[in-house]
Amino acid sequence: MIAVLGLIWVYFHWATDYVFLTPRNLSNLMTQMSVTGVIAVGMLMVIVSGNIDLSVGAVLGFAGGIAAYAVTVMDYGLPTAIVAAVAVGVAIGIFNGALTAYLNIPAFIVTLGGLLAWRGAVKWLLGGNTIPISNETFKAIGNENLPLSIGWALAVVAILFVLFMAYRNAKSVKDYGLGDANYVGELLKAIIPIGGIVAFIWVMNAYQGVPIPVLILLVVALAGGFITNSTTFGRYLYAIGGNADAARLSGINNKRNIVKVFAVLGALTGIAALMFTARVGSAAPDAGVLKELDAIAACVIGGASLMGGRGTIFGACLGALIMASLDNGMSLLNVRDFMQDIIKGSILVAAVGLDMMGRKQS
Amino acid sequence: MPLLEMRNIVKEFPGVRALDGVSFTLEAGEFHSLVGENGAGKSTLMKVLSGVYPDGTFDGEILVDDQARHFRGIRDAESAGIAIIFQELSLVKELTVGENIFLGKEPSRFGVINWAELYHKASKLLQDLHLGIDPRVKVGSLGIGQQQLVEIAKALSQDAKILVLDEPTAALTESEVETLFGILEKLRQRGVGMIYISHKLDEVFKMSDRITVLRDGKTVATHNAAEIDKNKVIAAMVGREVGNIFPEPDHQNGDVALSVKNLSAYSADIADKKLVDDVSFDVRKGEVLGIAGLMGAGRTELLMAIFGAWQGRYSREIEIGGEPASIDSPADAIAKGIGFVTEDRKRFGLILEQTILDNMTLAGLRSISGRFVTNRTLETMAARGPMKSLRIKANSPLTVTGTLSGGNQQKVVLGKWLLTNPKVLFLDEPTRGIDVGAKQEIYAEINKLAQTGMAIVLVSSELPEVLGLSDRIIVLHEGRLTGEFTRDEATPEKVMAAATGNN
Repeated sequence: MIAVLGLIWVYFHWATDYVFLTPRNLSNLMTQMSVTGVIAVGMLMVIVSGNIDLSVGAVLGFAGGIAAYAVTVMDYGLPTAIVAAVAVGVAIGIFNGALTAYLNIPAFIVTLGGLLAWRGAVKWLLGGNTIPISNETFKAIGNENLPLSIGWALAVVAILFVLFMAYRNAKSVKDYGLGDANYVGELLKAIIPIGGIVAFIWVMNAYQGVPIPVLILLVVALAGGFITNSTTFGRYLYAIGGNADAARLSGINNKRNIVKVFAVLGALTGIAALMFTARVGSAAPDAGVLKELDAIAACVIGGASLMGGRGTIFGACLGALIMASLDNGMSLLNVRDFMQDIIKGSILVAAVGLDMMGRKQS
Repeated sequence: MPLLEMRNIVKEFPGVRALDGVSFTLEAGEFHSLVGENGAGKSTLMKVLSGVYPDGTFDGEILVDDQARHFRGIRDAESAGIAIIFQELSLVKELTVGENIFLGKEPSRFGVINWAELYHKASKLLQDLHLGIDPRVKVGSLGIGQQQLVEIAKALSQDAKILVLDEPTAALTESEVETLFGILEKLRQRGVGMIYISHKLDEVFKMSDRITVLRDGKTVATHNAAEIDKNKVIAAMVGREVGNIFPEPDHQNGDVALSVKNLSAYSADIADKKLVDDVSFDVRKGEVLGIAGLMGAGRTELLMAIFGAWQGRYSREIEIGGEPASIDSPADAIAKGIGFVTEDRKRFGLILEQTILDNMTLAGLRSISGRFVTNRTLETMAARGPMKSLRIKANSPLTVTGTLSGGNQQKVVLGKWLLTNPKVLFLDEPTRGIDVGAKQEIYAEINKLAQTGMAIVLVSSELPEVLGLSDRIIVLHEGRLTGEFTRDEATPEKVMAAATGNN
């Protein structure tokens, strides 16, 4: 899929007269993918557990509406709005998870109902109107950039962290008596992430600095990667999605973990709602329409199986980046609206088809 | 002219030659038994015959009525008059008996099913077989024995000339077996050729005209049943002295490790159907307790209910090490020191797309790796122990379990439970479908674990296994405890009598 992304980028760069791969456009592109990316991280975990959440687009609209209502109508501060949006997301997530796990209603049905019901709730809350955001700090979440110096400082911190992990990996081999510590090998392996960090900050700072939404996505994605790879909760998700009976008989509380994973997605949907509302500068009744499908598509393009048990955060983010690249590139090329949809749909199916063919052969 | 002739059938799987030049003939009206150990190639041969393995995936010839046949699928074999009743029931539980019998062949016009005709034909068919089964009831509400008979009715609805029966009596009561044999006798008179696969040699000798023995994918011999005796067949099946694959037990039984009182368990689907009825038993430290019984006798349900994993209603009292213990979930059971090597490793034991490491550490993850944050290095170190002691053949702990042989997969499941440091270990059909070498290794391991003082509860449908490994045997029949024997008292006849409710 990295190769597919590369092809798409090279093609658009050439087709747009070398506009696509400029710092300015890349910065826009990353900002555009950030909302979908944050949701995709949570969606990936839900999909890995063998479930699905179709309600995230509507929940995004509702949580965004709540935040806007709190700030603009009720005149509360930003912290209240943030807490409210995330709390709404978590509460709905727990509700979806509980219906799925404890009442055995398929997640598809629970969240299909949610898709309708929460969209209705937004319309009711906003009375069909759009609520503008007056709070400038709120808007900054979606629109400001990190100062260049802070961007570089973060790069330094990130590089030190990568080096520390490399050192720890090498050392643990020795500590546990599994062989000699291979410091040079680990250092060589660290070159790619370090290169990535430097390139990323350099490109972002070449325009206006790292956009805040992109920073949020990075933090969320790193946290998601950590949860899926390095926690018992993450491992249980793969086990439940891979073979629910085997997981249950191995002492895993499948039901509780399913509620948890929906809660995590709910929290991330709340965060995405804040980012989206801030970026647009208002809460509208149709905010987040079809966002669930973007997030699911991102996961699937990134190699997740809707049957559960398989998928990575990295893949989901890559999938979100591919989708955003298509949107961005086709807009630059002034491809007509309907054509964009046709092409995106076709590429989604083709990408998964290729993936399945590759899997069969291996 | 034989009805069926299979010549020099060779079937290979990656790394294994499952059939190595097998030839087989069947006459019209003949009852021909096919015997051999698990893995000898009986089922593979029948899958070749019935088109499950299509033409081209094996070498050799199949002739029906002297004509070469090339089956591209099950449909082709069916239209050539071959019907097969597999070991695993292939009925759809949510459909009625009639719907199942005519599944895929519903009497219909322009795709609209003629229900009256379907049920009329079905009830006629069932009457012909003297089965008092209503064609309009759902298959799932029937007992396992009646389901088996429905399966046979289904095969007969296709006017089969050649009927293959793969272990049809494994789950039947004695009277149901008699019904079945009555039906088969009638079919023989009609000129139907029957291939009968069974481990139950009494049945084989009672019914057969000829007996063919398979071993390691080869035909050892074909005999007229009248000219051979049981011992010779057994010798031909195993090709070596019987009895040497079980280790000599030398464990000391200590205090009671687990005590179960008044355990009853009900079906998860049918609320009032009692699957285990008031069973109580103890198992001591260092003891191997065998639980014998036929399929559907309630053995798995018993273990599941102790383990807190049974999904229907259940009630029981449990004491562990003399202390009352409340176990409401598998997590409770694991915390109390119970491990459970579940049956059907692909369905209940393994996550096939994950690695040996991931599977093996799953049940004990929090104690092996960390309560919240996992540590790969610690996991690798933990997994190495069982990989080595159980001699799991794989390149590394990161090998995906789906690619392993059955024996190695089974060892991974066993390893998973050893990593939880159990005091009591349940083993449910621990050697089903694995080769003799791996079996022997697992037997040795069971013996070794008992020596260390672990209490072991062994459920197996292979009677020699239960008899060969257990210090003591309890027998279930239709959910009730019908017998208890010490190692010295137990004979295959006594255990079988108890398992069929005839003691």
